[in-house]
Amino acid sequence: MALLEVKNVSKLYSGGSVKALNDVSLTVEKGEWLAIMGPSGSGKSTMMNIIGCMDKPSMGQVILDGKDITQESGKRLTQIRRDKIGLVFQQFHLVNYLTALENVMVAQYYHSMPDEKEAMEALERVGLKERAKHLPSQLSGGEQQRVCIARALINHPEIILADEPTGNLDEANENLVIDIFKKLHAEGRTIIVVTHAPEVASFAQRTIVLEHGKYSKEIKNNN
Amino acid sequence: MFLKMITSSLIRRRSRMLVALLAVAIGATILSGLVTIYYDVPRQMGQVFRSYGANLLLTSENENPLLSEDVDYTRNLIPADKLVGLTPLRYETVRINNLPFMACGTDFAGLKKTSPYWLVTGDYPKDDSSILIGQSVAGAVAAGIGNTIVLTGIDSTGSPFSEKFTVSGIVQTGGNEEECVYMNLSELEKLMKNSGSLDVAECSLASSGSELESIAGMIELNVPLVKARLVKRLAKSEGTVLKKLQSLVYIVTLVVLLLTMVCVATTMMAVVAERRQEVALKKSLGASNQSIVCEFLGEGLFLGAVGGVLGVFLGFMFAQSVSVNVFSKSISFQPLLVPVTILASVLVTGLACLLPVRSATEVDPALVLKGE
Repeated sequence: MALLEVKNVSKLYSGGSVKALNDVSLTVEKGEWLAIMGPSGSGKSTMMNIIGCMDKPSMGQVILDGKDITQESGKRLTQIRRDKIGLVFQQFHLVNYLTALENVMVAQYYHSMPDEKEAMEALERVGLKERAKHLPSQLSGGEQQRVCIARALINHPEIILADEPTGNLDEANENLVIDIFKKLHAEGRTIIVVTHAPEVASFAQRTIVLEHGKYSKEIKNNN
Repeated sequence: MFLKMITSSLIRRRSRMLVALLAVAIGATILSGLVTIYYDVPRQMGQVFRSYGANLLLTSENENPLLSEDVDYTRNLIPADKLVGLTPLRYETVRINNLPFMACGTDFAGLKKTSPYWLVTGDYPKDDSSILIGQSVAGAVAAGIGNTIVLTGIDSTGSPFSEKFTVSGIVQTGGNEEECVYMNLSELEKLMKNSGSLDVAECSLASSGSELESIAGMIELNVPLVKARLVKRLAKSEGTVLKKLQSLVYIVTLVVLLLTMVCVATTMMAVVAERRQEVALKKSLGASNQSIVCEFLGEGLFLGAVGGVLGVFLGFMFAQSVSVNVFSKSISFQPLLVPVTILASVLVTGLACLLPVRSATEVDPALVLKGE
């Protein structure tokens, strides 16, 4: 059974005159690494918001871990997001007055109980144990993104959903982040990366290309 | 983690939070100061009003004279902390250079307390052979300080008397007091050859309004032959002025609280606006609206409590400064104001936070995190 099924999903704005997504379907198996590619305005972000339970489709169906979440309330979607999705952002989005360690613990706090030891281990996995007590302003872009990944991993989510995870990084840091994703994939994690960069998408097993809100094509990457 | 987030937010975002704290502290200071003044004004104004003379007169219930023993008994009935002064007065007609004047026997120590507004040139009499004369009397008999004048009259037995006195001072009041001669009560009783009876006793009490009326009622109830009458002119105007002053302080306090609320609400609005991304992030991490509300409200209430504590002490300094400069008297610290000010400050801050906090719950993480 697929971990995520998106069936004929459309997202309409401005009373239906704007179609951000138009009858898109996709399936993600457990342990798979999928890339969603497309130019600006292709509907990548809308798809990410729907998969990430931050938005609802206007039409179609989203089935996550065997459950139809299409008609769930906002409150229920928040719970699902908290339990099943780990988000990684292009802009990192760390709480600027909390240290790296505390930023990871925030995700634990909203999920269950903060555990400093476990949060430290998550930072250690991304190579930031020594920077745990630093504020985001004292970290480089690459380090901030690695904190963001540690935060996404801390609650053991079913899916790691990354939106342009290397978009704000230089090549060295981009490689570091890709290496982390490779390790996670090797451990059997399910990863969905939304990107417009073919070189980032090439590390995924499959790439789905969106254009003007529609499914365009699928590329197998032999990874 | 909740406390960690709140304290980190407050400590590491000092400048913004200091503005909010300043608004709360100023509001709490004004609140605490004005409430202190609100409760202290009656005492302060009461003391000021006492300088305008007695506010209660004791007279006889019937045609008989007022008895000294009844006045002494009444003095003991009045609460000591309320009694500023009590002066017995006995009036008799005397002659000076064949001109008729009113002689008044009194207790000068009490008189100074009940009539502090008297302007005396020279001194109050220090012995029985000295007298104080009104300015009109001094003009009529051409007497000055240090001069000797002879008082003549008829005593209670019908016999004439004649006695020399030294003028120790001349009194000016602008009223009927300037047409009298004042001497020690015991000396007048000696001249008149009878004692123990008075015409009136003046009381100056540090109370007003209903409290003054209840003291008068209590005196009449306990001393049947004494009639206690309020000096309406003073008692009423004192009550009116106090009421108006208290109303003014009450209105100003309300306005200040309202302004504080607006100021805190505006600051918190700005805080929420600049932290929309943080709110969106927390929501994306799974924070419920309840968690977001608790965090912002927690910060607001913490600011309210700290601002309240600052306000208690700054407010006392403010009230002290007002009291010293306006009434020339210091005020006492009211311990009850500590919890009242902190609670009011927390309540006002909490109310001020409601609207900004509501706007925080309306943040859409999908839109905000994409920078739209």
